[in-house]
Amino acid sequence: MNGTAGRLVWLIVALVGAASLGVVALSRGETVNALWVVVAALCTYTIAYRFYSLYIANTALKLDGGRPTPAMRHNDGLDYVPTDKWVLFGHHFAAIAGAGPLVGPVLAAQMGYLPGTLWILVGVVFAGAVQDFIILFASTRRDGRSLGDMIKSEMGTVPGVIALFGVLLIMIILLAVLALIVVKALAGSPWGTFTVFATMPIAVLMGIYGRFIRPGRVGEMSAIGLVLLLLGIMGGQWVAEDPAWAAAFTFKGETLALMLIAYGFIASVLPVWLLLAPRDYLSTFLKIGTIIALAVGILIVMPELHMPAVSRFVDGSGPVFSGQLFPFLFITIACGSVSGFHALISSGTTPKMLETEAQARMIGYGAMLAESFVAIMALISACVLHPGVYFAMNTPAGVIGTTVDQAAQVVGNWGFAITPDELAQVAKNVGETTILSRAGGAPTLAVGMSTILSSLVGGQSMTAFWYHFAILFEALFILTTVDAGTRVARFMIQDLLGTAVPALRVTQSWGANLLATAIAVAGWGYFLYQGVVDPLGGINTLWPLFGISNQMLAAIALMLGTVILFKMKREKFAWVTILPTVWLAICTLTAGWQKLFDDNPAVGFLAHAKKFSTALADGKVLAPAKTTEAMARVITNDYVDATLCGLFMAVVVSMLVFGILNIRKALANPRATAHEVGIGGAAVAAGDD
Amino acid sequence: MSAQAQALPFAKLVARMANLMVGLPDYDSYVEHRRLNHPDQPIMSREEFFRERQEARYSGKVGRCC
Repeated sequence: MNGTAGRLVWLIVALVGAASLGVVALSRGETVNALWVVVAALCTYTIAYRFYSLYIANTALKLDGGRPTPAMRHNDGLDYVPTDKWVLFGHHFAAIAGAGPLVGPVLAAQMGYLPGTLWILVGVVFAGAVQDFIILFASTRRDGRSLGDMIKSEMGTVPGVIALFGVLLIMIILLAVLALIVVKALAGSPWGTFTVFATMPIAVLMGIYGRFIRPGRVGEMSAIGLVLLLLGIMGGQWVAEDPAWAAAFTFKGETLALMLIAYGFIASVLPVWLLLAPRDYLSTFLKIGTIIALAVGILIVMPELHMPAVSRFVDGSGPVFSGQLFPFLFITIACGSVSGFHALISSGTTPKMLETEAQARMIGYGAMLAESFVAIMALISACVLHPGVYFAMNTPAGVIGTTVDQAAQVVGNWGFAITPDELAQVAKNVGETTILSRAGGAPTLAVGMSTILSSLVGGQSMTAFWYHFAILFEALFILTTVDAGTRVARFMIQDLLGTAVPALRVTQSWGANLLATAIAVAGWGYFLYQGVVDPLGGINTLWPLFGISNQMLAAIALMLGTVILFKMKREKFAWVTILPTVWLAICTLTAGWQKLFDDNPAVGFLAHAKKFSTALADGKVLAPAKTTEAMARVITNDYVDATLCGLFMAVVVSMLVFGILNIRKALANPRATAHEVGIGGAAVAAGDD
Repeated sequence: MSAQAQALPFAKLVARMANLMVGLPDYDSYVEHRRLNHPDQPIMSREEFFRERQEARYSGKVGRCC
């Protein structure tokens, strides 16, 4: 496809994309079809991939297809294996796709579908995919070394330690917020709770099968697991309809949180083959399958978006998350546009399996485009709902009350007219007693997905099944992340403690192991419990903290990319990473500042603490607190959150300073100083500093 | 190592992709690699290989994504 014909095709893609975006942006009718969003997204991706990623590959980074990759140089058939690029694309995509891109866009939908759509597209093209690509490239040129190692060797030991500390904080907040999503989805839902509980014996059964009966048959054990899982969903319906069983599986948020904390501790010290690995297999395949099903569903059903393009809540008064469009929309969407976490994956197993360096473009940039499309689908799923339903589901009970009558009235006053009967009917359709105040993204996404999937398969009678299928699919891979993440946090903590007491670093030691696990679980457990009892729903507080931390890590990764470009003497092209670095630094620092110092108690932690302190001094008790002790706890939580926020900001600022110092040093040196490992295996930093 | 250069048949590609998604690289490639490059050293059986890879997947410092 070269020459005139090729140019013509790309011109058509550009025009179709522009026209679709135009429809999405300018449509002010009752509804707009989701297909326009899909087409606009796909055209944006193809053009960005064809032109911008090619520019980065050939001009900015100058990928060298002939340079031996770590897989070629260290092939051991295990970690370092030259792998077919499509196989590796699947591996990489499965590793980066998580709950983030499903939840962020759903929350961001409170501002309408347009701001979210635009940021998901612009963000991925200029920030997210660039980050994944350049870190994958950098790690491939350094024997597949990790992000922390690369920061240490290219920017210095102190920035390396700061970055590792930042990663540990992110892990803690991430695990807390993910666990909170599960708690929010399962509280008061016997069907969902039974189904998710059922995954544990199912996983253990699979684990025993794959360990002793038919060792290593991943396909067989996953097929068995899937069948049992579907039976579990059906069993959940039976449980929900039987009063005695339903009561046995109905839990309050607080109880679920404590169960989850206990589970996290036990699961992460069990042998991996028993629970973690089999459930990981199941959740990975279910995740990929569901993503494909959702894509097919949207393309065939072509649902209408009922959410307005831009809602009245761009002013920052929205119930789902507080704060104005800038910076909080960007913080909220997070992973679907740019996710700092991907820098850990791109410097993990993937760089050790590239056949040639040139494939870093397809795998780094390309897989992130696919992830962004998942975010677009999540946004569509939230926006196909009646906005009245969306806001009734995502607003805390403190605002909309606990009955459908109250909720319909409050939501109606916001301009989203809906009758109490309609709200009750939605709950009935999905097999739940209520859908009110189910913040956290998962239930909203599940209602949206069940709307789309039941139009595809099963119709109205299958809506409840699809709803619980969607809840299960999210809970499954969130629990896998909680379990795996607790292990990772444990290793990090052991590493950190080991610098003081070397004995604690021994991962085989049960004492050290249990101590570090306890610290990790206590860390995320604290924030989880705080989130569950939070009157604003918890997500309101924790998701922005998570977003800030995730975008902070992305800024760090892009800063490393910038420093590397300068050290390679390719500073002419460094704008490719400087642009997103600056944007992310502005976003995280502004958001952090507002979370700390904003006068509005709904936004600023310190203002909130002050409000409660003043009330406490006057002897008053403010909701949700019922006692003065509870008041004191709220204030403590505010200060903990504020401290964390301040730490995130300090990490960003110090990394910026180290980045600039390194750039100046690189500019002063006439020779390239990047520590690459090259042809033949020796370090080929042209001029070692 | 030239075996990887040829395009894989679709079914094989999907099977390998599914396995690698859960951290399991291709066993036959591993055996071929050991035979070619380390003929004097033992080769793990399929079961040993599976267990070794399963252990390795969860003892690294890279977690899962958000």
